[in-house]
Amino acid sequence: MNRITNTIDRQSDIKPRLTRRRFLQSLGAGLMIAVGASPTLAQEAPQPRRSVRNRGGFGGAPVKIAARVHIAQDGAITVMTGKVECGQGARAEITLAAAEELRVSPDQIRLIMGDTTLCPDDGGTYGSMTTPRTIPTVRTGSAAARQALAAIACEKLAAKPDDIQFKDGKITYSGQQLTYGDLVSASLDKAFSQLPSPDVKVTAVADWKVLGNPYLRPDRRDLVNGTHVYPSDIVRPGMLYGKILRPPSYGATLTSTDLSAVKAMADVRVVRDGDFVGVAAPNTFRAQQAIDALAKTAVWQTLPHLSSKDLYDHLKQSAQGGIPQNTHADDLAKAAVALRQEYHVAYIQHAPLEPRTATAEWTDGKLTVWTGTQNPFGVRGELARAFNLPADSIRVIVPDFGGGFGGKHQGDPAVEAARLAQNLAKPVRILWTREEEFTWAYFRPAGVILAEAALDPTGAIASWYFLNINSGPQATESPYRAGKHQAGFVPSDPPLRQGSYRALASTANNFAREVFIDELAAAAKIEPLRFRLMNLDNARLKNVLQTAADKFGWNNDAGKKPPNTGIGIACGTEKGSYLATCAAVSVDEKTNAISVTRVTQAFDCGPIHNPAGLLSQVQGAIVMGLGAALREEIRFENGAITNSNFADYAPPRFADLPDIDVHLIDNRSAAPAGAGETPIIGIAPAVANAVYNATGKRIRQMPVRITV
Amino acid sequence: MDSTITLRVNGQRQSVATDSQRTLLDILREDLHLLGTRFGCGAGDCGACTVHIDGKRAFACQTVAADADGKSITTIEGLAPNGRLHALQQAFMDEGAYQCGYCVSGMIMAAAALLDQNPHPTDAQIRAGMNPNLCRCCGYVKIVSAVRRAASAAEALPSLRR
Repeated sequence: MNRITNTIDRQSDIKPRLTRRRFLQSLGAGLMIAVGASPTLAQEAPQPRRSVRNRGGFGGAPVKIAARVHIAQDGAITVMTGKVECGQGARAEITLAAAEELRVSPDQIRLIMGDTTLCPDDGGTYGSMTTPRTIPTVRTGSAAARQALAAIACEKLAAKPDDIQFKDGKITYSGQQLTYGDLVSASLDKAFSQLPSPDVKVTAVADWKVLGNPYLRPDRRDLVNGTHVYPSDIVRPGMLYGKILRPPSYGATLTSTDLSAVKAMADVRVVRDGDFVGVAAPNTFRAQQAIDALAKTAVWQTLPHLSSKDLYDHLKQSAQGGIPQNTHADDLAKAAVALRQEYHVAYIQHAPLEPRTATAEWTDGKLTVWTGTQNPFGVRGELARAFNLPADSIRVIVPDFGGGFGGKHQGDPAVEAARLAQNLAKPVRILWTREEEFTWAYFRPAGVILAEAALDPTGAIASWYFLNINSGPQATESPYRAGKHQAGFVPSDPPLRQGSYRALASTANNFAREVFIDELAAAAKIEPLRFRLMNLDNARLKNVLQTAADKFGWNNDAGKKPPNTGIGIACGTEKGSYLATCAAVSVDEKTNAISVTRVTQAFDCGPIHNPAGLLSQVQGAIVMGLGAALREEIRFENGAITNSNFADYAPPRFADLPDIDVHLIDNRSAAPAGAGETPIIGIAPAVANAVYNATGKRIRQMPVRITV
Repeated sequence: MDSTITLRVNGQRQSVATDSQRTLLDILREDLHLLGTRFGCGAGDCGACTVHIDGKRAFACQTVAADADGKSITTIEGLAPNGRLHALQQAFMDEGAYQCGYCVSGMIMAAAALLDQNPHPTDAQIRAGMNPNLCRCCGYVKIVSAVRRAASAAEALPSLRR
C-alpha cells in the first residue's frame, strides 16, 4: 500500500485555463481591466527585425499601465513583468523599482513574472537588459500608476497634487487618509487603460528611498524551507514522467528500434514519430527502464564527427570567407616592439543545477507549459511553430527556476513534453538527466583569437589587430587607444550546437585581449598596471583598475614575491559596465596545479539598484569564471561528449574558493547598466597573467593549464 | 517487481510500494510529494538531493529503496517542523545565501550534518565539509558565511538524530 500522508498540492493557485482577465479579477474585486496583454497590445509592439511568425521575446515596448500594475480594492498591489528569475536577482530588483515609484515598501508588492498570459512581453531575460531596459519601463509604468492614484485622491480630498503625501500605500492630506484600494474606481480604470504619458517623471536617483538599499529576494523563506516550486516540481493531475530516446552520437539517425519490449510494459506509453521516440510512465524509474529497453534494440546510422583535439585547427580552416588579414601588418615589421599571438578558448557548458525541464498539459486544444526558460515568449513562439497553433492558444509559465547563465533561451524540453502530452492526452513532465544536459543543450562557443600589435618607443599602441573566429563579436572592440585599429569576428563551422552564455564571447575576447596586453607590457618592459593606465582613455575603466589595484595591494615587484606565486591584473568593459580584477595564484612546482588564493574585483555598473543582489552576482561571477579559467572544457570524440558529468567536468566547488574582495562603485551620475554578465570576464585573464608572473609561462588557452 | 518498504520520514511512518531499485530521491519526490529535495545529477556529484538517513548525511539519488527500508529519513521539510525555521535556514535567509536557490535544500541538509558533528567549525572545515555540494551560481562566499552564522547563533542547534 502506498500510504501518502504528505500530499501537497502546491499548484492550487495555478489554473491553466485562467485568462488574464479572470486572474486579475481573482486578485480581488478591484479594478476591472479593460485592456490587458491582449492582441491589441501585441500589435502595438515594435515589429521584430526578423519577421519570423510567433518568434516572440522581442518585447520591451511601452505597455498600458493596467498591463504593468494592478490595484485591488483591498489595496493589494500586483506588478507584472515578462522577465524571469533564475537566480540573477531580477525579482528583487524589479520589486524595488516598482515599490520606489508606487511609494510602498517592497514587501507590499506581489510581482508576477514570466507568464505569457498574465505578463507583458519585456523581452527575454538575457544580455543584461533587465536593468537598462525593463527597470525603466517598470518604473515608468509604476510612476504613471502613482500619478493616476494621486489625481483621483486629489479629487476626492479636494487637494492640490503638491499637498498630498504618499506613505506605505496610503495617501494623506490634512488629517484625511485614503488607501490605494479606496481609489479603485471607473476613473482609475480609465487612467490605467492608457499608456504611461511621455511626461511621467520617475524618482530621481538622489531621492531614492527604496532603490539603492539592500533587499533580499521576497520568496527567500520558500527557498530555505524547501517549499519553493521550481519548474521541475510542477505536478499535474494524472501527470506522467517522460523520457526521450537520444541518439548515441551527434548527427546519428534512427534506422530501427523494436517497440515491442516497451509495449509489453503495461504502465508505459510509447510515442514514435520518425526519429522522435519518447516514453511516458507513472514514475521516472519506469520511464528510464523503458528508454533503456528501447536503446538496447535501437539501430542508428552514425556520421563521422570532429573530435575536440582537432577543434582549433578546424575552426581556423573553416573560417567563413577566410581569415581577414591584418591590413597594417607592415607596422609590425617596423616597430620596436611587436607581437603576434593566437589564443584558444574551449567549449563550455552552463550546467545550471536544475536541468532543463518542462511540464505540458493540453486542454481543449490549448496548451499550457511550465518550464524553466529565459525566454517565455520565445518558447511560446517555438511551441506555436511546432504545433501550428496561434500564440494565444499557448500559455508558457516560468516559475523562478534553478539557474540559466544564458543556457536556457530555448524550449527543447517544452516541445518534447508537449509532444508526448499531445499524443498521450495526459500531462507529461520532462526533466533532462545531467548527461542529457551536457550533451544536448547548446554550449558556449569555442573560439580562436588572433591578436597582433605594434608599440611605439613610448609604449603606446601604434597598430592593433584583433580577430575572433567562431565565438562571437562581443568585446572584440578594444578599450585601449591605438593609432591604427582593426577588429572583427568571423563565423566558422562549429562542430557542436552553440549559443549564448553569461557575457558570451566577451569571456573569450576579454581573456585574449587582456593576456595579449600583458604580453605587450612585458615586451615593452612596462609594469602591466601602468601599461594599461597609460593606454586607456576611459575614466571609469581607469578608476576600477586603480581601485582594484589599491584594494588588492598591487605591487608587482618581482624581487619580493615568494617562489611559485604570482599576481595578475585584467580589466574590461561590456554592456555599459566597467570591471577590473586582480588575482593571486600559487602554482605547485611538481604537479603544475594552479590555485587561485585571492581575488579583488572592482565593478562600476552605474547607480546600484540592489547592493545585496549585486554583491551576490559579482561574487558568483568571479567563482563561476574561475571554473572556466581553470578547468571547465567540453571534450568530445566520435560525436559524443566524453566528460558529460559533474565529476569529470569539474565545476568550481567550495575547495576552489579564494579569498574574495569585491568593491562595488555606486556611480550615481552614470546610466544604470546590467550586472549579471560583465563581472565574469575579468577573472580568467587575471589568473593567466598571474600564472605568468608566478612561473614565466605564458598560457594562451582557456582553461589555463600548464603543460610540460 | 514492487515490494513494500517502510520508512520514517520527518517523523512520520510511511509505507511505500515500489520497485526495490528506485532511488530514495524518486520516492520522496514522486510518491511522497516531498519536493524540497532536488534532482541535480543522479550521480552523487552535486548534493542537491542531500537528506539525512538515520541522522547521517546521504545522497538520496544514490540510495535505493531496498537500502532505505526501515530507515529514518529527514528532508528539508522536516528541518522546520511547525513552521519555525532551523538556525541554518534562518542564517541562509538572513545572509541571502542563495541565488537561484536550487542547491539550498541540499546545502542546508549538508550543513546541518556538518554542524551536528562539529558545532563550531573553522572556515576551512566548513569548506571541506561542504565540498560535496555544488552551487552552480557559485554563491559559495555567502553560503560559508551562513554556515558560520548558524554555528555561532545563540540558540543550540537541535540534534538531527531523531
